[in-house]
Amino acid sequence: MAEQRTGSGKARVFGYAGAIAAAVMAGLLSLALPEVLAGGRVLFGIDWAPSLGVSLAFMLDGLSLTFALLITGIGSLIFLYATGYMGDHPRFGRFVLFLFAFMLSMLGVVMARDLITLFVFWELTSVTSYLLIGFDHENAQARRNALQAMLVTAAGGLALLAGFILIGLAGGSFDLAQILTGPGLQDSSYYTPILILVLLGAFTKSAQFPFHFWLPNAMAAPTPVSAYLHSATMVKAGVYLLARLHPVLGDTPAWQGSLTAAGLVTAVMASILALRQTDLKQALAYTTLMALGTITLFLAGSSEYALTAAVTFLIVHSLYKAALFMVVGAIDHGTGSRDVALLGGLRGALPITALAAALAGLSMAGVPPLIGWIGKELLYAGAATISPEPLVILGVLTANALMVAVAGVVALRPFWGARIKTPHIPHEAPWQMWVGPLLLGGLGLVFGLGAGLLQPMIEAMLTTGFGRDHAAELHLWAGFNLPFFLSLATFAMGITLYLMRDRYRRAIADLLARLPGFDPGWDRFLDHFRTFAAWQTRLIQPGRLTAYLTATFVVMVLAIGGALLLRRPVIAIDLSAPLLIWVIAAVTAAGAVLTLGTRSRIAAISGIGTTGIGVTLIFIFFGAPDVATTQLMVETLSAVLFAIAALRLPAIVERRSKSRQLAHAVLAGAVGLTVTLIVLAVTTHPLDRHITSFFEENSYSLAHGLNIVNVILVDFRAFDTFGELTVVFLASVGAYAVLKRRSRKAGP
Amino acid sequence: MKSLILLTGARFLVPLFLVFSLYVLLRGHNAPGGGFIGGLIAACGFTLYAFAAGVEAARKALRIDPRTIGILGLICALIGAFASAFTGQEPFAGVWGEVWGYAVSSVLVFDIGVYLAVFGGMLTLIFALEETA
Repeated sequence: MAEQRTGSGKARVFGYAGAIAAAVMAGLLSLALPEVLAGGRVLFGIDWAPSLGVSLAFMLDGLSLTFALLITGIGSLIFLYATGYMGDHPRFGRFVLFLFAFMLSMLGVVMARDLITLFVFWELTSVTSYLLIGFDHENAQARRNALQAMLVTAAGGLALLAGFILIGLAGGSFDLAQILTGPGLQDSSYYTPILILVLLGAFTKSAQFPFHFWLPNAMAAPTPVSAYLHSATMVKAGVYLLARLHPVLGDTPAWQGSLTAAGLVTAVMASILALRQTDLKQALAYTTLMALGTITLFLAGSSEYALTAAVTFLIVHSLYKAALFMVVGAIDHGTGSRDVALLGGLRGALPITALAAALAGLSMAGVPPLIGWIGKELLYAGAATISPEPLVILGVLTANALMVAVAGVVALRPFWGARIKTPHIPHEAPWQMWVGPLLLGGLGLVFGLGAGLLQPMIEAMLTTGFGRDHAAELHLWAGFNLPFFLSLATFAMGITLYLMRDRYRRAIADLLARLPGFDPGWDRFLDHFRTFAAWQTRLIQPGRLTAYLTATFVVMVLAIGGALLLRRPVIAIDLSAPLLIWVIAAVTAAGAVLTLGTRSRIAAISGIGTTGIGVTLIFIFFGAPDVATTQLMVETLSAVLFAIAALRLPAIVERRSKSRQLAHAVLAGAVGLTVTLIVLAVTTHPLDRHITSFFEENSYSLAHGLNIVNVILVDFRAFDTFGELTVVFLASVGAYAVLKRRSRKAGP
Repeated sequence: MKSLILLTGARFLVPLFLVFSLYVLLRGHNAPGGGFIGGLIAACGFTLYAFAAGVEAARKALRIDPRTIGILGLICALIGAFASAFTGQEPFAGVWGEVWGYAVSSVLVFDIGVYLAVFGGMLTLIFALEETA
């Protein structure tokens, strides 16, 4: 990293601008608070593609406003933090741009009122997070991990699009406000496919088992990005979607079963792996997985307790996780290391960071009077309402106990105990880097002591988001009940695990060594996929003109000719024509025969030209002067083009085998027959004149032109013409580029 | 391979081609013709000159790179297409006015764009082929 930090630092101003812009957006969003807290929905937007029923519409209710405030609020602190962390990076301006684009995409996801709009922003978050994770693009590992994150989440996004389209078909609208107030889709015949597709989208984004492997790898990103992506944004998009669609898709055995299973497995597995890590950032990455699993698990339920627990824990987690990531970045920045084994006794050197770490870490461990304690109590209360209750309670207890131990490792261990010599002499982070964690940690304390402060927001989420009458109440002290005793058990287990962590790590490492890893599996899968792609490209794109033409003609004969023959069209052949037409037809045919028979390229080109001129004459004879002139010009120019290219080639030598020549002849005959059949079938029908008569009537009155052909080209169908022009010109420029590149390679 | 007869003939024919192409372009609204045909005719004229006198001479006579002409054509067509924005109509709607007693319209601007794009596109291709082959 050190050699990259050579930028002038002038780009810092962009970082401050980003922080201010995000803060202003948070302020604007909070204008909607009064109405949302009163249980209302704020709707705004514009029509986008009205003919498809798609609009760029936004909606703010309890759920989306909570997410939007977290995104912009934490986003503002992240911009500030990044300015201190990497403001002198030579590409810092670009970094701020990516981060801002990412923030806007996230806002779009949570505020979209229209499912298609939501999908577009959803994919934008995948793309922008790719840029952020792979920001250190000179590092091959960072590139690989960024690509992995994008492939997994974008593949899920495609499934999601299919799911959304089915929702639109089943519910008759893409408008979330309508879908949410509607009867729900649980009884729809599309329910199962919708559920599978939507869950694929949400689980890949929120890194639920078995799609969890990309998330720890995304740690290749600079720390401010990890702090943002893993706390309030990116991974929360999947959770947001699950919460959003809970009223429409939830409350069924399939929903409860799949969310419980995925959430429980992810939460327990991730917390077991988290304690094993010695890199602070990796440890936090796994605790993010644990939090996502927990929220998913509680969204499986339908009771007020389960849902209140889910949304409360979501806020709790966003606050402490963003703070802890920033703390880890500050430790890294101040000491040059993120390895727990190399850190200790830093509280004297980094006092403010230590305070922020303590606040956030205690909240993560669920110690009273912080908000984390309330969150944990709610988790236990909620766990008792999700079946199978004993298993869920046991899983949540295990995960929480491990969180206590990890909180100790991440937030306590580096600052307390004996001072250990670090790679740099430790120093406190600049103010930009401790404002964020301190504020977020402090908020954890404020919301913990004033438990009622969050209550209105949680009420709004439960009523408008989930259609409940009210939320469970947030209490700092709820009495000697089951959650209280479970909390005591959590602390006991957590402290034991913390003290035994070294032995625990060895045991888990031994176990993991014997299990197949997901990451090598992913690489193998990509390798096979590439091999397959190369194989099918060679199959479809052999690079030989004859192969392409054969494929095109075979399809044409089978599809069009076959369909025509199946339909048994009425064909009347009328051979009465003036002698002149017969002569022109004979000349045209003679040109074609000449082209086929000759071995001389110049004769072949003349033959093609003869055929073209013959067709032109027929156009003139039947009164289409425009078409005839165009045809004449095109024939002239193509003869010229052919001549330039073909005359420099050697004489035609027949290399095909007899059987292949015969096959080509049969195919050519079949194509000729098909086209003849088409023309005969079309001319036998009476001409439908209603389009012609429209143009005849309106050409002069609407477009002031007498030449219908030209009026159609430049007025009625001008948009098509513009498209064709672009194609003509770009094709020429493309050919130009290819030709010039060749000549430069071969030239002097 | 230079042919004196072809070169002499081309010197007379090329201006005729160009004038005729403009005539075809302008009459296109009410009689057979239009930008597409006009552009093709003009391209044919310059192709003839390139054959007779060589591509380098043809490029010099044209003065502007055909690619630039093609891009100008696309821009011209876009201007014609979005002129309707000033009258509050949807894109590609024709806007009509009168200058010294002649009816002029955005449609004509669009057609000139078609002419230039076809002309520039064809010559880009033909000149490049001639130069490389």
